[in-house]
Amino acid sequence: MATTRGFTGRRIGTESARRLPPGQYLTHDFPVLSKGPAPTIDLAHWSFTISHGPRPLARWSWDELQALPRSRWAGDIHCVTQWSKFDTEWQGVWIDDLLAAAGLTPPTGFALALSYDDYDTNVPVPDLIGGRAMVATHFDGAPLTPEHGGPARLLVPHLYLWKSAKWLRGLRFTERDEAGFWELRGYHMYGDPWRQQRYSDDP
Amino acid sequence: MSAPPDTLAPTAWQEATLVRIDPVTAHMRAFGFDAPRMAPHRAGQHVDVRLTAPDGYQAQRSYSITSAPGTGLQLLIDRIDDGEVSPFFHDVAAVGDTIELRGPLGGHFVWQPADGGPLLLVGGGSGLAPLVAMARAWATAPEVPVLMLASARTWADVPWADELAGLEARHARRLRLVAAITRAQPVRTQDIGQRWDASRIGAELQRWGMLPRHAFVCGANPFVEAVAQALLAAGVPAPAIRTERYGG
Repeated sequence: MATTRGFTGRRIGTESARRLPPGQYLTHDFPVLSKGPAPTIDLAHWSFTISHGPRPLARWSWDELQALPRSRWAGDIHCVTQWSKFDTEWQGVWIDDLLAAAGLTPPTGFALALSYDDYDTNVPVPDLIGGRAMVATHFDGAPLTPEHGGPARLLVPHLYLWKSAKWLRGLRFTERDEAGFWELRGYHMYGDPWRQQRYSDDP
Repeated sequence: MSAPPDTLAPTAWQEATLVRIDPVTAHMRAFGFDAPRMAPHRAGQHVDVRLTAPDGYQAQRSYSITSAPGTGLQLLIDRIDDGEVSPFFHDVAAVGDTIELRGPLGGHFVWQPADGGPLLLVGGGSGLAPLVAMARAWATAPEVPVLMLASARTWADVPWADELAGLEARHARRLRLVAAITRAQPVRTQDIGQRWDASRIGAELQRWGMLPRHAFVCGANPFVEAVAQALLAAGVPAPAIRTERYGG
């Protein structure tokens, strides 16, 4: 690779550098990325539906979601716009617990997360189960604000954050790996920050 | 327009030559590149820039393209004092340097004349960068009505303020520019001396007499969210509003 004349860079500690995926920089803010305005969602009308294609399999109201076991995940998150934030703390319901509550086994290997603003994004099922993804309702101990995806967003922290759909309303199992909103616009189908899978033809 | 045969994929890194540096505002400079292998861009797209230190350490950032399609590659870089990449561009980079970049990237926050209008562009500070590219693209075929709402500390902090005002003067019945000047007295009679809020935005839309078919909002997050909610309140349908947000 070519060296940039006169560039030395600003180094962070070895421990931080080890936690930072390639091409990312560390921020202490919590930037926001979305395709349009944050929708206003009334909890009385909020629901979360798991479906197989067009067929609903299970549905929860906001109160029903609160009755499920609430879990905690803490760790680092990475956005494709190149910021990473360390030591974030989330609470919500593991996808495993939703599936168990409904007595469901994933019927296919792929899923689309669906949002109230008509956003969607694809995530393979193995990345949603086994304690790897949750329907998050709290950030840093407080209910999720609308700009960060509240009342509930998907959290798949081991993938770039656009996979963690904000304003979540459902999860649809699909027969094939179907591209979602950003994936149709040139972003990667999987989005592993450690492999820098930002754009569709990144390896 | 077909791309030259040696054009690279937008995700492939390529070496570009820095050919121009122009002051734009007190904190922003425009950087012009010769990137012969880059495919043609659309207004609103960005490039990724990657800097490499002698030991292999790399830093990567995204910058909006400000040039109109077909007029080269120009980026606007705001100097973030505690930043890593923007101070390099402002303090170290010189004409003739080789810089690695890739693009054009982004397929959502994009407008081209064929998309039509009415077109509403709302930007704060360096968030005006992709909107300037759209205004310049519009000027090549100035057909649809455009309302551009800018926000900056002073008129001199609006990037390319004079060029935009010149576009407005040339196309007075097609393009209207209103600036919210937040830290000084507005110098032009149509500008306002306060931040954009729901009532001011509603009033400007009413004066314009139309609802936009396409609305693009770019800037710092609180600005973007406040403007987007104000547009919804003014009756602009959510699917018409596209946002791009900078920083935290």
